Amino acid sequence: MATMVQAVRMALHVGEERLGVTDIFGEDVGAPLGGVFTATQGLKTTWNTPLDERGLIGTAIGLALAGQCPVAEIQFCDYAFNTIDLLKLAGGMAWSSGGEWNCPMVVMTPVGSGIHGSIYHSHSFDAQATRLPGWKVVMPSTPRDAYGLMLSAIADPNPVLVLIPKALMRVKNAPGEEIPGEPDERTLSKMIDAPIGDRSQWVPQWPATPDMMIPFGQARMVRTGEHVTVVCYGRMVRESVAAAETLAAEGISVEVIDLRSLHPYDWPTLSTSIRKTGRVLFVNEDTEITNFGEHLIRRTVEELFYELHAPPKLLAGAHLPGIGLADNLEKASVPQRDGIIDALRTLARHEP
Amino acid sequence: MTPAPAVVPSASTKRELPKETLLEIHSLMLRARLLEERLIRMQKQGDGYFWIGGPGEEAFNVPLGVLVHKGQGPEYDYLHLHYRSNAVALAMGADAVDFMRQMKNTTSDPFSRGRNFAGHPSIRKWNLVPVSSPIEVQYAMAPGTAIANKRAGGRGISIVTGGDAGTAEGEFASCMIWSSRPGNELPVLMVVTNNQFGISTPARTQHGEQRISDRGKAFGIRTATIDGQDPESVYFALQEVMEYVRTEKKPYLLEIMVSRLYGHSSSSGANFVGDEHDCLPAFEKKLEERGYLSRKDADEMRAATTQEFLEAAKRVREEAMPTQEDAFTHVFEETNHVAWKKGN
Repeated sequence: MATMVQAVRMALHVGEERLGVTDIFGEDVGAPLGGVFTATQGLKTTWNTPLDERGLIGTAIGLALAGQCPVAEIQFCDYAFNTIDLLKLAGGMAWSSGGEWNCPMVVMTPVGSGIHGSIYHSHSFDAQATRLPGWKVVMPSTPRDAYGLMLSAIADPNPVLVLIPKALMRVKNAPGEEIPGEPDERTLSKMIDAPIGDRSQWVPQWPATPDMMIPFGQARMVRTGEHVTVVCYGRMVRESVAAAETLAAEGISVEVIDLRSLHPYDWPTLSTSIRKTGRVLFVNEDTEITNFGEHLIRRTVEELFYELHAPPKLLAGAHLPGIGLADNLEKASVPQRDGIIDALRTLARHEP
Repeated sequence: MTPAPAVVPSASTKRELPKETLLEIHSLMLRARLLEERLIRMQKQGDGYFWIGGPGEEAFNVPLGVLVHKGQGPEYDYLHLHYRSNAVALAMGADAVDFMRQMKNTTSDPFSRGRNFAGHPSIRKWNLVPVSSPIEVQYAMAPGTAIANKRAGGRGISIVTGGDAGTAEGEFASCMIWSSRPGNELPVLMVVTNNQFGISTPARTQHGEQRISDRGKAFGIRTATIDGQDPESVYFALQEVMEYVRTEKKPYLLEIMVSRLYGHSSSSGANFVGDEHDCLPAFEKKLEERGYLSRKDADEMRAATTQEFLEAAKRVREEAMPTQEDAFTHVFEETNHVAWKKGN
């Protein structure tokens, strides 16, 4: 049962061995730490960088343009905001040059709240990321998806942003959703988790896992339902599934769709579900004004208006400068399970 | 504040380039100047929306273009230029007409397919990465291509240029830091063309450092400030500095004092500035004194090239413009054009 962080590590290893990854780099990404979340432990192309996110993204662009295959980590997405114009540049490299160049690079960064991360370790980045034309943007909610989406990101000739919900880093694969070839939990940990203390002589033993790429633009149907659709991603998937289980006891059948690929996104799956239920809730953690869910609502209204039985709803983060540290502050700032249950119940009971 | 130019040691010695090389440099400088003047005219006549370029910097740009180790992939030089660098691309062998196409934003503009301003070339077959308008971002990219250069093990280096005002941006410091990591030094030639202005703002009102090149010293980076008006001495200085970067695989910071002969851009009028030193007539005088070039020959070259560019601009005016559908191409690429393996 790999955790998400182990899944990312295994994908990066496959990237190094079979997909040509040349550089995995960022702040504290190299030995001995292997990343503050340990996503890069034991990999052979890792290196530590100065604490300079703009330099990081710029160097990744340079490596990409010179035919290398870089994976850069921004330690927390909260520190990616000063890189926006470099991210814009990477996203525009192909377009600006009329297709002469392309910019194959991966940027991975932990996002979101849920670990008592206070003001600057709790930000989301999906609203910003989906405003970067030329980038593909993914956000896994399971270790298996993290593995498969990371492999697709590495193989893609365009810049890809992999947003990793930091609260899910240690969450394990659900039974039946293992990565093919992964050993049992204890064995895997012995094989690829660096030992406590001196690790200078440690060499990981990588399990044989396949090139299992999860294509971009394909949502994951987490749970089918009849009465109301919830479209979510990242940490909100688990919360939405829990909400659906609660509502099932009340006779409300909720269809849960994990978008997982934000751009491109799977409109056929979304629209089919929304047509079926006529009721839809979009959930994400980012602040609510100019939120990606607002775009999805706009498209829903424009294309499916006469098939809706209730006004589409967005549950997102409050428009506040940050997530406060104290429990109640965080609860008031980002969607909670109870709020999702209430919103779904209201939608299901809404009479046109 | 005009810092007294310090020179790299051998540039101060009285070395001379062969006549053929000097005449080639002169021809390229003249073509570069006349190209900029044609682009300015095109903009003023409505055959373009904006002009920005580098008239006044030819005595640096042309020797740089001549000295580039030109080719594709990390065994060759990467060029991270800014928007005053047309003469570099021209000296490398770019077709002057293509710069007019970019000015007119035609579909045939090979640099950006009508998407970008004049003065923003992009030539992948020569590792000339797309020039972009935000200043200094190119300094953050240069360490990336330089890692690839070093990895390839050839003579290729990464050359990044920008203006003096841009050095206030963080990427200038990023480039110095990332290029001088102990044990991981990178072959980056950082060039600052100092025209002593940021748009309309004199550098002396914003910058307290005496010389920009001094900033490299804190990182153990070799530095120099040189005069950028005489292409012959610039050639020798660049040659020496490039050889250092190529063989030592370490960064170098070169500040070059240049002129800005037509102001910042068309936004400030793009009119000739009379009180700045002009490298081109000064170089022609030098060539006359050596008996390499007569006034008559120079005048004839100027007239012929002026006519050539006039006619080219007329032809460009008739070329196809992008359609609205064209806006939607190349957002994403299906193949990895830049993938590189040694021996490709």
